[in-house]
Amino acid sequence: MPNSVLTFTDRGIYCPAGDFYIDPWRPVDRALITHGHADHARPGHRRYLCTDACAPVMRHRLGDISVETVKFGETRKIGDASVSFHAAGHLPGSAQVRVEVAGEIWVASGDYKVVPDGLSEPFEPVKCHSFITECTFGLPVFKWDDQGEVAKDLNAWWAKNAREGKASILGAYSLGKAQRLLTMLDPEIGPILTHGAVENTNDVLRQQGYGLPDTIHVTPDLNAKDHPGALVIAPPSALGSQWARRFGPSSTAFASGWMRLRGVRRRRAADRGFVISDHADWDGLMQAIRDTSAENIYATHGYTDIFARWLNSEGYNAQVVPTEFGGEDDEAAETA
Amino acid sequence: MKDFADLFTTIDQTTKTSLKTKALAAFFNTASDEDKLWTIALFSGRRPKRAVTTTQLREWAAEVGGIPLWLLEESYPIVGDLAETIALTLPPPSRESDLTLTHWITELKSLAALDIETRKARILDAWDQLDPTERFLFNKLITGGFRIGVSQKLMTRALAQATKQDEASIAHRLMGGWTPDTTSFHDLIEAEDVEADESRPYPFYLAYQLEDGPAALGSPDDWQAEWKLDGIRGQVILRNGAHHVWSRGEELMTDRFPEFARLTDFLPDGIVLDGEIVAWDGTQPFPFNTLQARIGRKTVPKKLLKDAPVILLAYDLLEQDGEDLRNVPLTERRARMDAVLDNLPEDAPLKAAPPLPFDTWDTLAKTRATARDHRAEGLMLKRKDSPYLSGRKKGDWWKWKLDPLTVDAVMIYAQQGHGRRANLFTDFTFAVWDGNDLVPFTKAYSGLTDDEFRKITAWVRKNTQQRFGPVRQVTPHHVFEIAFEGIHASPRHKSGIALRFPRMSRWRHDKPLQEANTLDDLKEILHTHG
Repeated sequence: MPNSVLTFTDRGIYCPAGDFYIDPWRPVDRALITHGHADHARPGHRRYLCTDACAPVMRHRLGDISVETVKFGETRKIGDASVSFHAAGHLPGSAQVRVEVAGEIWVASGDYKVVPDGLSEPFEPVKCHSFITECTFGLPVFKWDDQGEVAKDLNAWWAKNAREGKASILGAYSLGKAQRLLTMLDPEIGPILTHGAVENTNDVLRQQGYGLPDTIHVTPDLNAKDHPGALVIAPPSALGSQWARRFGPSSTAFASGWMRLRGVRRRRAADRGFVISDHADWDGLMQAIRDTSAENIYATHGYTDIFARWLNSEGYNAQVVPTEFGGEDDEAAETA
Repeated sequence: MKDFADLFTTIDQTTKTSLKTKALAAFFNTASDEDKLWTIALFSGRRPKRAVTTTQLREWAAEVGGIPLWLLEESYPIVGDLAETIALTLPPPSRESDLTLTHWITELKSLAALDIETRKARILDAWDQLDPTERFLFNKLITGGFRIGVSQKLMTRALAQATKQDEASIAHRLMGGWTPDTTSFHDLIEAEDVEADESRPYPFYLAYQLEDGPAALGSPDDWQAEWKLDGIRGQVILRNGAHHVWSRGEELMTDRFPEFARLTDFLPDGIVLDGEIVAWDGTQPFPFNTLQARIGRKTVPKKLLKDAPVILLAYDLLEQDGEDLRNVPLTERRARMDAVLDNLPEDAPLKAAPPLPFDTWDTLAKTRATARDHRAEGLMLKRKDSPYLSGRKKGDWWKWKLDPLTVDAVMIYAQQGHGRRANLFTDFTFAVWDGNDLVPFTKAYSGLTDDEFRKITAWVRKNTQQRFGPVRQVTPHHVFEIAFEGIHASPRHKSGIALRFPRMSRWRHDKPLQEANTLDDLKEILHTHG
């Protein structure tokens, strides 16, 4: 790779000119982190750099770490590299990382979606020569409906359950997806209850000033009968567990891009599957790639082989980035 | 089509059988007779004849979706269903319509008479006016078995609820060779004369597996035991001078087994026998693979008729003199059957499957242990005073099978499943050692829990060595115990053997790769049990 601003190593994406890594999966000296999900922000690095919007969640999840922060768009010089973070629209505080060395510009996307969700800082297209893009949903069968339409379905489901005296239990990843769903709910329908894992994240984001509706934390002494017609947001693993039984008669649902596929929906054995993802859909990926004006595309996290082949047929110079886990592991599935 | 799509959505959004039944019953109460008839047909495995190939469908969908064909082909195994893949790939429709289910099926049937360009135009026109759910169902009508989470049993129950008839009589009405072109909703479901179709079989009574031995069944005196034969379960019907042969899968097999034509010469009319069709060597059944050669053939060459002649080993009499005997106790049905079969010539393609004598469960267990010597899979236990029920019901009939044969094998290829198992690796190829080489000898798809499938899926993704389309070659590492019911020599397979009903019975985390079984071990099993 001539002019390689970023290279791909067994620890993750590496910048030789600045001697730092982006979202590395093994402990390194200096790690630039795009966002707080566990497959991107891992413990054990000596120094972390991320946006000021991302840092509180990282501290919450990783404990006592050494974090330096920058604002969105602010340029920082690291060695011979100029580095800046730009909104990725994936979840509050999430960023793409732009790295410029001697006029050559690379962008590592992290996870992203191009459609504004009303909560996360909206995706910012960044011009570059080389673009490292995720492609979790890089197949033409993945296309998302408008968020407003999904919100209507979601609220209709909740209202119907409330009328029938049932609780609505919605499985969603505790950082990002859960809060986005909160902003889509109509609080007129009933109380919103949250699992501890979700509520702890809510607290962090509320303190940062992100606007979230009122929620009631489900503590061990909470009596579900005091909150008829409630909607409960919990991590997917809590559905069907002892924890969920306290709500009595209930309807269950998952919210994820994977719910687009009937087979996955049925395997989850929930009553409903809402197709709502914090990753770009097929059209979103193509739009983001076009808007970078990049010639070299590196596909990572997802259906990389297929996606790279497609991009090559479309005239890009596309390659597959090997990642430790690929994009199809449980964590990616949970957060998608 | 919108009411049918709504029905599908309701059914698809619940995992509760009671809610599915209720939704389907409500549909049967409101839909038109012709839509009801087609709904019954679809959920009992009767599809309209395929007017376009799935290859054509893929090409047209890729074209309309603005993607190359290969990209659609790559998406298909990930989605796990072709009808769905196409529905998800197409751009939104440009207009709306609300034509009936019957309209669309009639449209599909009419395509057969048209040239290919016109067929294409008509399919594209349909896609352009159907919403995503309707498109999925429309594609399902074309692409294969119409499986959308409604079993024939569930449909039968819903229909019984909606028409206020009992389930068994609805099940009986739905048997046989009807199609929506040969009957009407009234004739099939509502008319008084159930026997209008003289070839109509009775719904088969199916046994449950006996898991813990027969002690819990009570006194051995109340039970009759027979070999559990490994053939094709079938009903032979003699009515109005004609004979009909039905498989348990409700397939009419009369022409496949011409041997049974002779039965009309020496059996009285108005008889229905239930039993097992087996290939017969003169004294006992041939192994199943001999019969297998007969199953696929619609017309049977003379040599095959001579090499693999079939007979019915009958064990139940369901109708005599045109009278339904299903509520008569088994012992009496059996006695009547024996009387009917008493004077058959030695070479008749029909014999009574003899009950096995036993006094105690212990003696029966000893008999069971010799099942393989009799080319049987184990025993059937039937309560002597039981009626002939319909479908799989617990209580009166049990199958008490032999423990399966097993072999420890290494997983070498993996492929994603379909439908509910899409996006999970569930279809594996296994190998045994031949010196330092691993020789593939079987595939297996079932036996693991959902959780185990998830774990192996994550592992396959990280340990793929090479991809051949949807098939991945993986690092030889994991050993599984493969259970199977039978083994026979097969020149078509590289290993030289083929298994009957292979499945994964255990994930041998404890077993290192090198300790998996060898091809010689398999040959030894073949020698002993083949």
